[in-house]
Amino acid sequence: MSPISRGFTGRRRGSADPSRVPPGQYVTGDFPVLSAGPTPRTTLDEWSFTIHGAVNEPVSWPWEEFLALPSETITADIHCVTKWSKLDTSWRGVSVDTLLRSVVTEADYLTAWSDGGYTTNLTIRDVTGSKAWVAYEYGGEPLEPEHGGPARLLVPHLYFWKSAKWVRGLTLTPGDEPGFWEGYGYHNHGDPWLEQRYQGD
Amino acid sequence: MARAALPGRLTWQPGRVVELVDETPRCKSLALELPDWRGHRAGQHVDVRLTAEDGYQAERSYSIASGPEDRQLLLTVERLDDGEVSPYLTDELRPGDELELRGPIGGYFVWEYSQGGPLLMIAGGSGVVPFRAMLRHWTAGQRNVPARLLYSSRTLEDVIYRHDLNGLAEQGAEVKLTLTREWPPDWQGHRGRVDRNLLADVAWPPQQRPLVYVCGPTAFVEGVAEALVDSGHEPSRIRTERFGPTGT
Repeated sequence: MSPISRGFTGRRRGSADPSRVPPGQYVTGDFPVLSAGPTPRTTLDEWSFTIHGAVNEPVSWPWEEFLALPSETITADIHCVTKWSKLDTSWRGVSVDTLLRSVVTEADYLTAWSDGGYTTNLTIRDVTGSKAWVAYEYGGEPLEPEHGGPARLLVPHLYFWKSAKWVRGLTLTPGDEPGFWEGYGYHNHGDPWLEQRYQGD
Repeated sequence: MARAALPGRLTWQPGRVVELVDETPRCKSLALELPDWRGHRAGQHVDVRLTAEDGYQAERSYSIASGPEDRQLLLTVERLDDGEVSPYLTDELRPGDELELRGPIGGYFVWEYSQGGPLLMIAGGSGVVPFRAMLRHWTAGQRNVPARLLYSSRTLEDVIYRHDLNGLAEQGAEVKLTLTREWPPDWQGHRGRVDRNLLADVAWPPQQRPLVYVCGPTAFVEGVAEALVDSGHEPSRIRTERFGPTGT
């Protein structure tokens, strides 16, 4: 039982539907930026997206070929572990279902990896069934570098550190291997509705 | 009976406010006594949780300003006018009140002696908070690693820890201020934003491979990190922490 904070009433922001805001989160109109290092500057002619690891044959798409893949428009609420949530964000990108159709695998896990060295781990289950995309547009515009452009992973049902910015590929793995923040004490799975912020939550 | 905490689990714990210090017109430091605190590393943060009488709760993260060796945990809070938690902490909170906290959180934006240096810290505004912790840790140790803080502030009045920074400088840390909006007529420090020119003046050259930490509002961190990379510093030697509303 938490002690009452004397004199604290809170400022529940009226407009947001509370059923869309996970515990401990607040709704922001901003799009805050968080990252552990400098924003990488990869030019589009150097860019490719790769799926490798526990697959029959690795596959890689250069930028132009990636843009030619069937894309989807996604509207989703996103939730950052630093407590902000942003509702009705709009993206365009390629479903991970579409990408994984290009490989044969029995892997249950994957590590998404990015320019700059960032990694995050996910289960195949969490990125299939129309739950994850590699997004390259935000709000109808090319995704800005500080928000992860040219392309970022978008896994809106998990805390946003799982939506790796500057993503360049997926390594499919038979076992689960912690990624960057997962190795620094953040939760391995990161479901905002279960408030899985840190290890042991 | 209470369930035993899982090893490594971050449980909420009560902290008693023992002192409130006005740092600037907008920032206050909170000194806390935490009976169950298991220590932290310089650069880490905590989550603070407030509970209203009807059970409504709000959580926010704050950087730790005290060093690992300090007796009390110090948090410094900048009042955001449209904020929900910070105006409570800066305006309502009184010594003797209790807060719920959990932590420490984060393990990348930290500095310990074993990581070596030279240690270069670049702060914008209240981004200086984790660097106070790093400098406290630095002064508690052997000081055999060069440490330098470059702190960008709008005005002299907005400089947090002015007194502490003087003390840290007396103990051998290099503290360089740059004021971006206005400065006293006799101002001897730097003027203007942290750009490539100022970095060329203040930062160790890339050949010396300083370990660089940058903390501040997003636009500040983006600009400084880009200027560092453009000047030849290795991206992997640059660690960033960003906070605050994006509009600043």
